[in-house]
This record gives sequence, C-alpha cells and structure tokens, in this order.
Amino acid sequence: MKTLESIVAQHPFFNGLAQPYLTLITGCASNVVIKPGELLFREGEEATQFFTIRTGILKLGVLVPGQGEIVFQTIHEGEIVGWSWMFPPYRWHFTGRAATELRVLAFDARCLLQKCEADSGFGYEFMKRFSRIMMERIQATRLQLIDMYQTRG
Amino acid sequence: MATRLPEAASVTFSHPDPMVPHLYRVLRTRWDTGDTFSLELTPEQSADIPQFEAGQFNMVYIYGVGEIPISISGDPARRDTLIHTTRAVGTVTRVMSKLKVDDLLGVRGPFGSAWPVETGRGKDMIIVAGGIGLAPLRPAMYRILAHREDYGRVVLLYGARTPADVLYRKELEQWRSQFDLDVFVTVDRATGNWRGSVGLVTQLIGRAPFDPMNAMAMVCGPEVMMRFTTMELKKRGISGDHIYVSLERNMKCAIGLCGHCQVGSLFVCKDGPVFRHSRVEPLLTKWEI
Repeated sequence: MKTLESIVAQHPFFNGLAQPYLTLITGCASNVVIKPGELLFREGEEATQFFTIRTGILKLGVLVPGQGEIVFQTIHEGEIVGWSWMFPPYRWHFTGRAATELRVLAFDARCLLQKCEADSGFGYEFMKRFSRIMMERIQATRLQLIDMYQTRG
Repeated sequence: MATRLPEAASVTFSHPDPMVPHLYRVLRTRWDTGDTFSLELTPEQSADIPQFEAGQFNMVYIYGVGEIPISISGDPARRDTLIHTTRAVGTVTRVMSKLKVDDLLGVRGPFGSAWPVETGRGKDMIIVAGGIGLAPLRPAMYRILAHREDYGRVVLLYGARTPADVLYRKELEQWRSQFDLDVFVTVDRATGNWRGSVGLVTQLIGRAPFDPMNAMAMVCGPEVMMRFTTMELKKRGISGDHIYVSLERNMKCAIGLCGHCQVGSLFVCKDGPVFRHSRVEPLLTKWEI
C-alpha cells in the first residue's frame, strides 16, 4: 500500500525535495476526493489550504452577474492550486470547482506556515517552488490579457 | 561534416504566368464561427485545381475590390475543389463573406513553401495551432492522417479565444475520437458548460505526450502565440531546427518581386510562409522589421 509520503513525493511540485522536507510537508497533507461539479473552494471563503492535483481537472472561475461562472483556467494532473493562504486577507479570490472526479492532496496552511517559520531552509525551498508557479501563471495571464486571437481589421 | 538541415519544403509554380488570376466558382459557403467562414471553390477553366502542398497559399481576387493572400485549408489529395477559410475582418474578406453559390472570383497560386510533412516521417508530429492558425495546418493533418502508419505519435494542440471561436469543431471531435491521435483543445475563457481545458495553448505543451528527441513541431497562429509556443517546445526539449512556423506578412505579388512581405533578407511569400524556426528566430523579435 502506498504511504501518504510516497504519494506526496510523486507529485511534480515536490520533485527533488530533500527527504526531511518531504516528511515535514506530509505532516500537513491529507487526501481529498470530490465529485464533478462540487466545489473545492469558494470565492470569499477563508483560505486555509492549498492543493496538488493527483488526478482530474479543476476549473478556476469567477461569478459574473448575468453571465454565470466564467472559467479562466483549468488546473490539471501534476499541477497545484492556491496561494491565498500565504497572504492577508487569507481568503480565496476565485472559485475552484471539479470538472471531473478530482483526487487532490490538501495541505493545511497553518501547519505549513509554522514549519516554514521554524525552518528557514524549508521555508525558502517552499517559497522558491511557489514563486516559479506564480511567475508562470502571471506570464500566462499576461498573454491572455493580450487577447491575441481577437479579430483586428 | 555538418549535416544540412531541411528547410520548409519548396514548391515550383504550377501556372505559366503566376500573375494572372484564374476564374473560380463558389460551390459552397459555410460560417465556421461568428466571424470566420469557408469557401469551397471549383475552377471554371479546368477540371482540377492545381496541385498544392500543405501550408501553401493562394492570392484570392474579388474583382473590383482587391486581392488578398489566404492559406489553403482543404485536403491536398482532393483535386476537384479548393477550400479557403478566412475571417471577415477587412474590405476584401467582408465582401468575400457575402459571396453566394455560383459567384465568381479570381485565384492565383498556389504559392510559397509547405509544411515539411514528408521529412517528419518516423517522428512524433506535434501540431500547434492558435485561432485561425488551424486553417493552414489542416492540410498537413490530412496528409499525415493519409499516411498515419508512417509517423509516431500525432499530437494536435489547439487554442481558441472562447468555445464559440473553435474552428472545424466537428472535425476536431472526429479526430479526438480516433485512438491514434492525441487532440487537446483549450480556450482562453469559458462559461460553465465548456468541459475542456481553459488556458493558453502554450500550457498544453507541458503535458502533451511526445518524445522531444524524435519530434517535429509545426506551429501556426498569431506571431506572439508562436513565439511563446516555440519557447515551450524548446523547454520540452525540441530543437529549433525541428520546429516550423508559418509567418504572415503583407503579401502582394506573391512571387518575391514587390518586396511588401520582406522580413530581413527573406520574402515571406517566396521563401515562406513556412520557415524552420531557427532560420527566422532572430527576425521575430526585431522591432525595426
């Protein structure tokens, strides 16, 4: 049977992470399964976790009056979602809804923040990994803002 | 000894005078999306259309209005009809979008270089299209599918603005249902009933199944999309020598005489529109040209 630590270690986000850090992170992790259409988190609610996607697809969206939920990104297997837990006001900015059955690892924010504060080496490693993801998402967002497929006469 | 890298496939003119348009009659018209339409044309003066290769373009002339370059989007194996897909965005294309069955127009071509589909035999083929960039790549898909057993994995990555802007939807669904093709479609934004991916087409590259050491990529779409797509393909390990892009410039004569489409020392109409990426990469980020 697979241990939780081996499941954590298999996720690309944790590739190459030193064993002691993997053990630290696993101490904050739990397995979550949700059905298609169910919410993983909702805009405005307190953000107490982040998630790594094991299988399935998560839709990230925002409710626009008159238009319903506008989806601006899907998060897939091997990716991560959520950094609202890192900065005040610690609330989700968007809604995460399962597009398919979703298996994720949920990481408790308070548990992780305490470990980051207590071990600056761990905290630095963790923040480096998050920063890379943030940079990639910002770059993708900028390209989406260009609206490059728009018709120009 | 250094090995000479294959350029995009070069093609010779099939008409005696490439500046003379030939009469074509509209057989069918179809709106593919809200602003994009396809015309199916048949030649008036001969039974067959000139042989063309995937990636080539024609100069299409609406008499009394003007002439524009449009990629050929039909099957190169079919000689009875010519298919062009374009957006109704300018003076010529707006008039073109209102053409009806049996209307006449002029066609010169085919012109330009082609996707190196033959060179890709034995390799994984990665086709990346953005928006209407799927139209010039569709003939390459037809060519590959006609000789499917000659290729490794065939992966089509397609990005559109919204689900309503997805081109050739039925064909994409048909390709996606085939067991020997990997088709991924993504849109920049969607409403709740869209079940596919949302995000940039570049984000599909990381999870696309192919062997970068034995792959060839063909990319077509807005130039900024191609720049970032090639960056991602290289991150996955495909060399710029095995990535091909199709450039779009203001083509007028289509035979490399007038200079309207010149980029650096290249004429897009004659040397392109399909180029090996490593050949044009330095030109794509030069503001001056």
